[in-house]
Amino acid sequence: MKRTVPLLITFLTGFFLIVSFFVPHEPFGQLEQRLLVWFAIVSGFAMLLGVDSLFRAHLKRIVRAREGRWHSLALLLSLVVTLAVGIIGFARFGSPFHMQSPFMFVYTYGIIPLQATMFALLAFYIASASYRAFRARNTVATLLLVSAVIVMLGRVPIGAAISQFFPVAQEWIMDVPQLAAKRGIQIGAALGAVSMSLRILLGIERSYLS
Amino acid sequence: MTLRDTTHRTRFSLLIALAVLLTIPALTGGDSFARPRSLATSEILSSPTDLAMVPVLPPAVCGVQATDVPEDGGGIISVTWEVPEDAPGTEFITGFEIFRYAPGETLALIGDVPPADREFEDGSAEDGTTYQYVVRSVSRSGFTDSEPSGPAVASAQWFARGRLPVLLVTLFFCIAVLFFVHRAKGGAELFIRKIPGLEAVDDAVGRATEMGRPVLFVPGIETVSEVGTLAALTILGHVAKRVATHGTRLLVPVADPIVMTTAQEIVRAAYAETGQLDAYDPGSVAYLTYDQFGYTAGVDGIMVRERPEAVFLLGTFYAESLILAETGHAIGAIQIAGTKETSQLPFFVAACDYTLIGEELFAASSYLSREPVMLGSLKGQDLTKMVIIYVIVLGFVVGSVGALVFPDGSSFFSRAFDALYSWFG
Repeated sequence: MKRTVPLLITFLTGFFLIVSFFVPHEPFGQLEQRLLVWFAIVSGFAMLLGVDSLFRAHLKRIVRAREGRWHSLALLLSLVVTLAVGIIGFARFGSPFHMQSPFMFVYTYGIIPLQATMFALLAFYIASASYRAFRARNTVATLLLVSAVIVMLGRVPIGAAISQFFPVAQEWIMDVPQLAAKRGIQIGAALGAVSMSLRILLGIERSYLS
Repeated sequence: MTLRDTTHRTRFSLLIALAVLLTIPALTGGDSFARPRSLATSEILSSPTDLAMVPVLPPAVCGVQATDVPEDGGGIISVTWEVPEDAPGTEFITGFEIFRYAPGETLALIGDVPPADREFEDGSAEDGTTYQYVVRSVSRSGFTDSEPSGPAVASAQWFARGRLPVLLVTLFFCIAVLFFVHRAKGGAELFIRKIPGLEAVDDAVGRATEMGRPVLFVPGIETVSEVGTLAALTILGHVAKRVATHGTRLLVPVADPIVMTTAQEIVRAAYAETGQLDAYDPGSVAYLTYDQFGYTAGVDGIMVRERPEAVFLLGTFYAESLILAETGHAIGAIQIAGTKETSQLPFFVAACDYTLIGEELFAASSYLSREPVMLGSLKGQDLTKMVIIYVIVLGFVVGSVGALVFPDGSSFFSRAFDALYSWFG
């Protein structure tokens, strides 16, 4: 019973959603939109669980004076301050997203630069990963290296300045072998996703229910 | 490289755009939001200078057509029109107003669109009622109405006929899966090729146990409604069982609260199933943040502090994929990654020891469980893929022959290719 009811709910929900894809008539037509609203409501409440988990984990670390407790304190203070400025913004301007709201100040001058910093790290990681991937250890790796050099040169002005071969060759590499491989993977992934969905709907796949 | 949209950023941009839009009329003294109205001739010709500059009335639009939107749930009529581009006054059109009337009713304004638009969807139509539409072209000097459209009636359809090919392929797929599941239940031997990334799962957990270091499982940054996340969670169940059996520590940082509760249940059940419930640590599955790069920073921090020996990066990843994989590589962990995002796969291939490519991620739970019924669904999937490959090859041959041998486009091959394309294109 503990498993049968969730499986039944899963099957019926999936079945009616599939039906709504093919039957636009009411009551099926807007079913997906309605369920998305339900999902948003559930997600909103689940967020409280997430905040609770975060709070407990870091509070425990602070109380027990574990290593990294100052980081935990900084995290919890940031959480509380952001929440507070959001509420202040709502109270004073009717929305925390108002341009004059202190929340927007925190977001613009705190969160966005932090996000940009993390994203910028990617450039360095791409360089280090490329260095390892492009080492010509065997035929396949050499092929990858040559293709990468052609594509990189073909996509910057200096490539065209050296030779018109580079822009043309990079376009061919991207449009033919690269796209063919990509589409093959996409078709396989799409079928895999459908297959997995079918396994879940039919109750064959139950590991997510534990 | 894909950045996940953030609601905050979008709202922020909209606020800026709105502020700029509101400021422009105030600065210029204009009234850009004033609704166009029909002006009297005396208003237009108020001075000799105006007389020289006066624009003519906008031309009437032509070819107004109203049709029921096909394959919908009803209540929507699409109105289209054309604008005579060479007619004088076309360049002064500031927008179009759409009027509607039913038999016995007067004209009623139902909406307006910018000057570049040539289509309007009337979502307020009642099914079964006959409507006619008039499109009014508006400029600052006045307006001109079009001829009324033909009658149109909104109706709801019970079946989206354009999706028939999808239905047939889906049915074929379902039948293939059920057939192989039935065969597997009957004891048939099903061959599944070896997937190195999945073969390495047990080795990775074993190595972490030997080294006395934890196992880190990252189930992507998407919600539980994403099928990639579900696939990752099914693998988490298997990994958690191994971890519980070996007595290794498991760390599962998550970016979504629903994923967190689901993962907590999966891990707890795995410990219970292996008789190690006492060893289960509820804090092993922890919520970090919903923010993409905040989560990335959090996971990187865990990697550097906890030094896991085995790192699993399975699920849906975007720009953070390489940042996570390179950090894992830097700490010397054995890494098994998998995603269906084709743009992130090269990063995983470059930085990780094993990569599950696309469908391998979805096949993982079947592969690891080795249950005949689960393997049967994989065979059904393979059969459908084979059929799709045949259709692609057939389309390639028919299309090529049609284009090269019979270039006039009227041959059987060209028609066959068109038919194939309309079905599967």
